[in-house]
Amino acid sequence: MAELTYRNAVAYGIAQEMRRDPMLVMLGEDIAGAGGVFKTTVGLVEEFGPLRVRDTPISEQAILGAAMGAAMTGIPVIAEIMFSDFLAVCFDILANEMAKSRYMTGGQMTVPVVVRTANGAGSRFGAQHSQSVENWCMMIPGLKVVAPSTPADVVGLMAAAIRDPDPVVFFEHKSLLASKGEVPDGEIIDELGTAKILREGTDCTIAALAYMVPRALEAAEHLAGDGISAEVIDLRSLVPLDTKAILGSVEKTGRLYTVEENPRLCGWGAEIASIVADEGFWNLDGPVVRITTPHIPIPSADVLEDLTIPSTQRIYDTIKTTLN
Amino acid sequence: MVDNPIETNSPGSGTRIDPGIVRCLPDQTRPTSRLLEHKLTSDELLHLYQRMVEIRRFDELAMSLQRQGQLGVWASCLGQEAAQIGSAYALADQDWVFPSYRETAVGLMRGITPGDLLHQYRGTWLGGYDPYKHRFAMNSIPIATHALHATGLAMAAKRAGDNLVSVAYIGDGATSEGDAHEAMNFAAVFAAPVVFFVQNNHWAISVPLSAQTASPTLADRAPALGFRGMMVDGNDVAAVHRVMSDALEHARGGHGPVLVEAITYRIESHTTADDHTRYRTAAEVEEWRERDPIARLEHHLDSLGMLTDDIRRSTREAADAKASAARIEILQLSAGDPTELFQHVYHGERPLLQEQREMLRAELRAWEEM
Repeated sequence: MAELTYRNAVAYGIAQEMRRDPMLVMLGEDIAGAGGVFKTTVGLVEEFGPLRVRDTPISEQAILGAAMGAAMTGIPVIAEIMFSDFLAVCFDILANEMAKSRYMTGGQMTVPVVVRTANGAGSRFGAQHSQSVENWCMMIPGLKVVAPSTPADVVGLMAAAIRDPDPVVFFEHKSLLASKGEVPDGEIIDELGTAKILREGTDCTIAALAYMVPRALEAAEHLAGDGISAEVIDLRSLVPLDTKAILGSVEKTGRLYTVEENPRLCGWGAEIASIVADEGFWNLDGPVVRITTPHIPIPSADVLEDLTIPSTQRIYDTIKTTLN
Repeated sequence: MVDNPIETNSPGSGTRIDPGIVRCLPDQTRPTSRLLEHKLTSDELLHLYQRMVEIRRFDELAMSLQRQGQLGVWASCLGQEAAQIGSAYALADQDWVFPSYRETAVGLMRGITPGDLLHQYRGTWLGGYDPYKHRFAMNSIPIATHALHATGLAMAAKRAGDNLVSVAYIGDGATSEGDAHEAMNFAAVFAAPVVFFVQNNHWAISVPLSAQTASPTLADRAPALGFRGMMVDGNDVAAVHRVMSDALEHARGGHGPVLVEAITYRIESHTTADDHTRYRTAAEVEEWRERDPIARLEHHLDSLGMLTDDIRRSTREAADAKASAARIEILQLSAGDPTELFQHVYHGERPLLQEQREMLRAELRAWEEM
């Protein structure tokens, strides 16, 4: 058992898989000598060489397009898109090409690509470098979407994503990079589509993702002080989505809160609210409440940014005032 | 079109001068200043003539099937047979083709059956052919995206030590896409074995080449990015074969990518959903009809005394027979199990899709009972 930062866990997880599979390669901007602009790939080029950890020109379409072409030959490829906002630059390849290749060829072509990207707010990067865009990817049939919240999950879900034969978008949260956690020794391989109940509770369920998970846990701790027992679920993966875990928890608590960093409209919580309305309606004791970033771009000023994304306080206040 | 030499360079071999627009067969419609030797035997020329006639006949069949309501849409390759067949003939079995939607002739040259090629256009079923069997990727309807896939595959092949070249077939319009630029720059930076085979057919739907680029040629793009560009008369099958062979050899030899600009013309409308008479003159089309690639080869074979009436007739009859067989095959294409809709979205089974498949099954049962 070693304590790793979330940042180091990224390189640790990739290295585990690159040692296992000599065919696995990685493409991206500044991932080799620089070790990634977020220092998430430090040490990889030294261990695996510049042919496997390859710096590319500034060409997001080409990074994903070439990753797909290489993956067509059956080799797994990790492609890094520096900021998740830049997925908009190469969304054609992600949404129209990678996601549809298996389908359009009747299962003959697989695209085992993991698109890693730095997601989310909290780093004062402004409107074009701070978004949470996991819902952009969630709506595309053929893509899988993963967003871990702890170093151990980064390692295990990275392995699962790399070994998955479908294209997986792997969101690494910028504001979690410095956070620390225990990572078990030995090979770690997790499973996509499995949520984790991080705190058991009986009065309400809080479903959260990535950076919102530690905030949900903090809020639950405060609520406990008021005699409210909140269950916290870390979804970890949006596609596949562990609906059983969510519905099972709602059956127990009767109330559901989603904590989403994405802007309000069409956030992943809306989909979960819809699933619970369909399949868990009679277990609900009150409306599903979504706690989201307002439907605005992320501001760059620190004071303002802190006011936009859901804070521990906002989660606590919302639950406190709406639970009964 | 000017027959001037263009300056190009390629990684590892420095700046070099390639001949301007390569021609090997005389053009019966105009005096040709300089003809280069081609690399084909007489038998091969005759074989390519037969394939060109046969594939044009197939294209006519697809056009008429579309007009009869049997195909959803068709993008004719009429007039581009020399560019497509000459280049495809130069490929090795292990090479990969990344086609656009107009590469019918290339697909047939790679051994895809007419039925497999037309499933998609007939709307009978999901995609038809196996891309791995023919090393012919899904035809790309989005523009120029496949140039990136070709580049990535070539990079992987290079690392694996596979002796293959990846060929992206794109058009003049596609060179305006960022994808084309990014693919070419990537291929050049990583010295990937890619040939960008650009069929300059002068029209991107209704937009003429002059409105597509201010560059004097499309091949000029290559030296600007540090790799070799070549130009060829795309209606001269022997010249296309020669240039493509050189390009493949260069890429296969580890010298990086090559851009081949094959100058040709789209005789038909963009697709059957388009009407070219709205945006171009009949005189222009007529001028290019006179420069027909099959007539040009015929003329040449005639001058060699190789084209007897018997051969002409048997070629036509063989093409007709193949077209009739293809017509039967196409009209008999059958649909499969509709619940296959939910397969192949992801690897393996997914609960959400299983649920939706069951909903469709229930709907289908209810309709049957009505």
